[in-house]
Amino acid sequence: MQLFPCPFCGPRDETEFHYGGDAGNARPDGAEVPIERWAGYLYLRGNPKGTAREIWVHTSCGEFFVMERDTVTHKVLSSTAFGGEHAA
Amino acid sequence: MTASRLATGGSAIDRSRPIRFSFDGASVGGFAGDTIASALLANDVAIVGRSFKYHRPRGIWGAGVEEPNALVDIGGPQATPNTRATTEPARDGLVAKSVNATPNAQADRNAFLDRFSRFIPAAFYYKTFMWPDWHMFEPRIRAMAGLGKVDTHWTSPGTADQINHYCDVLVVGAGPAGLAAARLAAGAGLCVTLVDDQHKPGGSLGHRACEIGGKPASMWIEETVAELTAGGHLILPATTAFGIYDHNLVGLNQRHFDGRRDTLWRVRPRHIVLATGAIERPLPFANNDLPGILSADAALAYLRRHAVLVGRRVVVATNNDSAYGVAAALAEAGADATLVDIRRDGMPNATAKARLVKGRALAAAKGRLRVEGVTLDDGTRLDADCVLVSGGWTPTIHLFGQAKGKLAWSEARAAFLPGDPVDGISVAGAAAGSVSLSEVFASSEKAVASHGKTKAALPLSTGPEATGGIVAAWPVPGSKGRIWIDYQNDVTVKDVELAARENFVSVEHLKRYTTLGMATDQGKTSNLPGLALMAGITGRAVPEVGTTTYRPPFTPVPLASFAGARAGELMAPVRRLPLESVHRESGAVFQEYGGWLRPAHYGGRGVDADRAIQDEALRARRSVALFDGSTLGKIEVIGPKAAEFVDFLYYNTMSTLKPGRCRYGFMLSENGVVFDDGVLVRLDEHRFVVSCSSSHVAAVHARLEEWRQDRFGRDAVYIHNATSEMATLTVSGPNAHKLLETVDLGLSLDDADLPHMAIGHGFYGGDAVRIARVSFTGDRSYEISIRADRAEPLWAHLRQVGQAFDAVVIGLEALMILRAEKGFIVIGKDTDGTTLPHDLGSEGPRVKRQTEYVGRRSLFTEEASRGDRLQLVGLTVPSGEAPLPTGAHGIKREGDRLHSQGFVTSSYHSPTLGRPIALGLIERGAARHGETIEIQHLGKVRTAMITAPCAFDPAGERLHA
Ligand SMILES: [Zn+2]
Repeated sequence: MQLFPCPFCGPRDETEFHYGGDAGNARPDGAEVPIERWAGYLYLRGNPKGTAREIWVHTSCGEFFVMERDTVTHKVLSSTAFGGEHAA
Repeated sequence: MTASRLATGGSAIDRSRPIRFSFDGASVGGFAGDTIASALLANDVAIVGRSFKYHRPRGIWGAGVEEPNALVDIGGPQATPNTRATTEPARDGLVAKSVNATPNAQADRNAFLDRFSRFIPAAFYYKTFMWPDWHMFEPRIRAMAGLGKVDTHWTSPGTADQINHYCDVLVVGAGPAGLAAARLAAGAGLCVTLVDDQHKPGGSLGHRACEIGGKPASMWIEETVAELTAGGHLILPATTAFGIYDHNLVGLNQRHFDGRRDTLWRVRPRHIVLATGAIERPLPFANNDLPGILSADAALAYLRRHAVLVGRRVVVATNNDSAYGVAAALAEAGADATLVDIRRDGMPNATAKARLVKGRALAAAKGRLRVEGVTLDDGTRLDADCVLVSGGWTPTIHLFGQAKGKLAWSEARAAFLPGDPVDGISVAGAAAGSVSLSEVFASSEKAVASHGKTKAALPLSTGPEATGGIVAAWPVPGSKGRIWIDYQNDVTVKDVELAARENFVSVEHLKRYTTLGMATDQGKTSNLPGLALMAGITGRAVPEVGTTTYRPPFTPVPLASFAGARAGELMAPVRRLPLESVHRESGAVFQEYGGWLRPAHYGGRGVDADRAIQDEALRARRSVALFDGSTLGKIEVIGPKAAEFVDFLYYNTMSTLKPGRCRYGFMLSENGVVFDDGVLVRLDEHRFVVSCSSSHVAAVHARLEEWRQDRFGRDAVYIHNATSEMATLTVSGPNAHKLLETVDLGLSLDDADLPHMAIGHGFYGGDAVRIARVSFTGDRSYEISIRADRAEPLWAHLRQVGQAFDAVVIGLEALMILRAEKGFIVIGKDTDGTTLPHDLGSEGPRVKRQTEYVGRRSLFTEEASRGDRLQLVGLTVPSGEAPLPTGAHGIKREGDRLHSQGFVTSSYHSPTLGRPIALGLIERGAARHGETIEIQHLGKVRTAMITAPCAFDPAGERLHA
């Protein structure tokens, strides 16, 4: 069971977290967005081997944050609070 | 084999405490400190089980966790199947039964299978019973194979404790390496936890006699344990570290022998020292699975710990130095011992305490139900009642492998050793390939060296040191006779050869094809010989073949340990209404709905539920109903961007809502599918309340938070889930207004002041109440929200004044009928994971809205615009007929073929209308009102007419009546 560092609460058991998708999957707004672009936003995921930037939420405190981790070694490289801005 | 208990000795047993237990129905005597295995050996019980596939007689092989043969089912309150007799303490009154044997291990009626063994190679059953269908044969074949039996009627007498634990250093294994590492780490000021699967610390020191610092090893063990205990360190005996998980979480299973269930420990150490020792391997020769053939080291353990001499005429076969001490000890104890060493020169500088045959290997063991002799590879016959074998040592690197540690092949040790280090883990002692005590201690020093200077010092070993000389003796392809590789799964040399012929040459394929290394022992004794044989067959080196993946658990862990207290309500806690006890007193029958325990109906358990529900629904329409709607979501959205926020979250424009008013709307997912529906209340300019579905509160709250943090920012919107703060009591029906006028709520209930879809604020008994004119029944309704802890007097008051109006308290089932009469949907019941808002008749925002909202783009895809989408409709059957079954499909015929054209989502008998009503999602349904379609369920076809969803008061006059 992994330990994830919540930027607000510190290292906590992975069972307290939910995955929130790839970081940087910016939402294209508008009814006219090309369908391929929209489908990409909805369904296409990088699934990288190695370093991944992901959004997670710590369900205990409710805060979303960006975590970088290695999908092979499961090493956590960084975790940063959203800081109020749109997560890019 | 004629094993016996010696008159003296046995460090583990207490001769003053005799015990008695039953094995396969026979009474067996022993002493406290015996394992089931040692007691059986002391009583010369040779056959303790039957093999998995061929039902061959099998005896005890080992003295610890590696045991492949001696599995027993323990009965009684502590019932556990497939327990290793070698690690299970013998205790008074214990009931043990051999596995895979009928009626017992001695006289097994399936033993005939062994005579057909040559026709039952690996994968025989799968290859043979293919026609017409494997599943026809599977139950009988499965019943014949297998190990212990699970008693399906057994229930756990208690729950297992689970403990989360933290320490600086976790040392796994309390043999010489582990004790030394623990002592050194403690001396460096670290907090140490030491775990060991034995009852007493010491490991191999318990039977491999030696001196440490000029004193008997037992004294050094005592001294070390005393020092650790005095230092406040934790020592857990009878505890197995069964797994290392991500980020070095270690799982421990602690056994108790006082009636308690095992305890599961989750340990997060900063550093792990694996001092897990090594396991002795068998040697390959024909019939090497006969009872009476044991691991040499196990025989020494039984002699020293339990004073059991495993045989009188003993042949000790070896390819390495470690068996010499065993032969000497057995000879000293009175056995006639012959040592057969495969090596031409034997062990250098060995002092002959037993007869020694050098440069010879065993070709075969003789005997039918137990070993009676051996044949050497030169044809020499030796009589023997017991054969001890040592095929070398396999370091116990399972935990290291689980932690993704890479292994390195050592030709000198003929074994895999831990390779490149893993963060936070070091390996010491025999697990790291150390043999002599000074090597072991040096490896312990190295294992904890990175943690700073230690004040503790290890004594120099003074006794004679063990040596690790070995010449590999792997199974050889083409060998004569039946040579067992895996005792537990009945895998022989021929099975591995067959696997190779059929190109299952990868170790992972070999494992699945032959079952080598599977089941409860996970190949602790068989994996290395098996893959070495595969290497030999395919002309590869052993490390080229590699090992299978190491996975937890190292030894079986009871599921009760993992479950812990998580059973029943602790597994899935229900949410409870603040007025639950009041409802119970009123005869409410409770059911769980979306995680909430709610009254299904009233009238008590004994009542006819259908009639009670029909009666409640009917009376609700006639006069007035009281309903506890406290589960309804109440999530507040507050802040300068609150209006913009709800606009984005809802399909419907919400920012145009006036303060004090409510609006019904949908929330969509980004794929356009309707996620939730409900009423949004605008309390004031910057404050809204999201009334989401009861079962969706957590999910809606999470969704609001996600968009708030991701798109709007923490300072622009604030979200507060107030669902459980307030109870919501609903008064609904033609007499709702009249009833409420008899209660002083401190506000005007006139329609001019409080029209439909408006809210008002008042007081009840000094507490603020919020009253919403919102209706889920189609009748004039008032939802009164009040502090949850003050709801009881108001509820009692409403019930009391309700008597004059023949008010009825209704449960959720009646409400479901009332809403279905109106065609009001329940998300997830009347919709599924494809339903878009316009499928439910809500086309307006899709066509008109110009601003952005969640799911918008998805409403304009090709799929979303299809003409044949399933749309919400009502379905009417002639009165007098039974309601349609929910889930029944609307069908259309194309020639002989039937196609679904949608399905029934809700179906009830309406007491008010006196006929069945139903809702459904039907292809192009919105344009087909009046059309009759066929509905099929379980082969029966009925007809129904498609109508508008609303079956009752379509003009909505009752909202204002
Ligand atoms: Zn947190």
